[in-house]
Amino acid sequence: MLMIRSSRRILIGAITVVAGLLGGCASLDEAGRSRLDLVKQRNELLCGVSGKIPGFSFLTPEGTYTGLDVDICRAMAAAFLGDADKVQYRPLTAPERFTALRSGEIDLLSRNTTHTLSRDAEGGNGLGFAPVVFHDGQGLIVPVDSGVTSLADLSGQAICVGSGTTTEQNLNDAFASKGIPYTPIKYQDLNQVVGGYLQGRCQAMTSDRSQLAAARSGFNDPEGHVILEDRLSKEPLAPAVVGGDQRLVDAMTWVVYALIEAEERGITQANLDRQLRAAEADPSQAALRRFLGVDAGLGRKLGLPDDFVVQAIRATGNYGEIYDRHLGPQSPVAIPRGANRLAEDGGLMIAPPFT
Amino acid sequence: MRRHRLLLQLGLALLLLALIALLINNLTVNLIRTGLGLGFGWLGRPAGFALAETALPYAPSDSYLWALTIGWLNSLKVILAGLVLATLLGVAAGAARNSGNRLLRSLAGTYVALIRQVPLLLQLLFWYFVAFLGLPSMPVGGLIQLSNQGIQLLGLNLSVEFCAVLTGLTVFTGASIAEIVRGGINAVPRGQWEAFRSLGLNEGLGLRRIVLPQALPAILPALTSQYLNLAKNSTLAIAVGYADLYAVSDTTITQTGRAIEGFLLLLFSFLLLNLLISGGMSALNGAVLSRVRRSR
Repeated sequence: MLMIRSSRRILIGAITVVAGLLGGCASLDEAGRSRLDLVKQRNELLCGVSGKIPGFSFLTPEGTYTGLDVDICRAMAAAFLGDADKVQYRPLTAPERFTALRSGEIDLLSRNTTHTLSRDAEGGNGLGFAPVVFHDGQGLIVPVDSGVTSLADLSGQAICVGSGTTTEQNLNDAFASKGIPYTPIKYQDLNQVVGGYLQGRCQAMTSDRSQLAAARSGFNDPEGHVILEDRLSKEPLAPAVVGGDQRLVDAMTWVVYALIEAEERGITQANLDRQLRAAEADPSQAALRRFLGVDAGLGRKLGLPDDFVVQAIRATGNYGEIYDRHLGPQSPVAIPRGANRLAEDGGLMIAPPFT
Repeated sequence: MRRHRLLLQLGLALLLLALIALLINNLTVNLIRTGLGLGFGWLGRPAGFALAETALPYAPSDSYLWALTIGWLNSLKVILAGLVLATLLGVAAGAARNSGNRLLRSLAGTYVALIRQVPLLLQLLFWYFVAFLGLPSMPVGGLIQLSNQGIQLLGLNLSVEFCAVLTGLTVFTGASIAEIVRGGINAVPRGQWEAFRSLGLNEGLGLRRIVLPQALPAILPALTSQYLNLAKNSTLAIAVGYADLYAVSDTTITQTGRAIEGFLLLLFSFLLLNLLISGGMSALNGAVLSRVRRSR
């Protein structure tokens, strides 16, 4: 498995260079067509995920992917193609994800990716981001019996960290700004970071708090480890595509907003058909009719079918349902909803008007 | 006729140059079209990440270029140490496979068989997570101190990550070298063994002074490719947390988004390293061959 991944990384690197050399691989082809047309033509969405983070994207024993990031891919496929199962998942490590996007190996990246200036900007990674689907923040986990309660207690200690992510830079920023020395032990992926931490190579391990919570759920003694209060960063995680493709970015953006809007309107997987019939029967429900595509027009503006919202909700439910299914209190990776609540409930999730 | 051939050669060379120019032009055009552009100005900017192991002084405020240099030195450190140790281990095991002592012979045989069947990455993970991180904290005599935080050897402070990579590369490459050495020794005519025995030399001395020097011409070319393999395999170090060139490039590429430049630098660094190794080895090979010819 590891071997496959490492050779895949080399392959992707080679592909970037070769593709750059031979033909280029821009998001828009010569005719200025959007990647969205390619997805429709192929009738399949190529979605890059992690595949190793419980609650976000994880391979089940049955061999299918599940999680919040995966449901975003499914909602997109349902909205674009009318079938949530027309997704091909590509497990990617952190360093290879952007190359996979740029080289055209995937259409869409839904893999715990933090939205930052450098990744968005043309002079950086040049990506296009959808709205945030999970507000996360970087934290530190330590063994309870170490007695560590704050950053200062970790002075001069070894800290296990995954390479090739913003995690590494945030760790340095947090410690350097407080003048606390430390030794980073860098691994390529989270499993090795966890391995190093559990084996006692490091006194602490750092990652996004959601990932720490997910990892801790797999420990032998989850209650023996505590996530420190210190928040090293804000990590708004969002799906991304190659920048410069306005149609694809718009389509993706409004699918995410549709999931949030559906929760605001109380439209769920279970009551969708009832709401749809009610909207069809009652011409005075103009806003609902527009949202559900009963009155045509909104979908077409995005280059999507008019019923794209219905398709997405039928496939995955609204945002709250997706969250509860994978990260809710009943799930194995329970993360309090916090900043991910709707704005009307005091969180940060809000959808602009569907007009 | 002669001029004809010259023209043909010239034509071929021009064609090759044109092809290369076309590829480079394509790369540049496409980079501009995708808004990436090819540039190395970012190398001077502060790296902003710390490194666990530094051969020369380094701080996160130093430049990317310096961070990459430190990574390169870390790679060089483990590669050079690996080359020396793998050669010693390989020659010892290769000679043992030809030894008259049955226990020694079968030990060496088992070592080679076992190591060659298992992928290097798995071996590295084993050495790191099982062997070195499993170490209890203990002083062994006054001069050596072992723990899963690091190993102190005669005042030398080695990180467990370095030790794991070094052990993995040494043991893995040693097994291949052992086979090459065994093959080289077998290529020396049996008469040579009988000859030194009849002169009253003992087995060890005969092996060192008579057989091995004659086996060298057969061993060296194959040895060179093992050395190059070891250098390239050292990039697996990132799996066990060692801050080698690949690990540093990896972080650099993610932070700057400069994948193509990063890979080009990586390619160039390894090309340089491997050209040095193969250059050194072919010089050695030449020296050995001319000595063999003179002695004939």
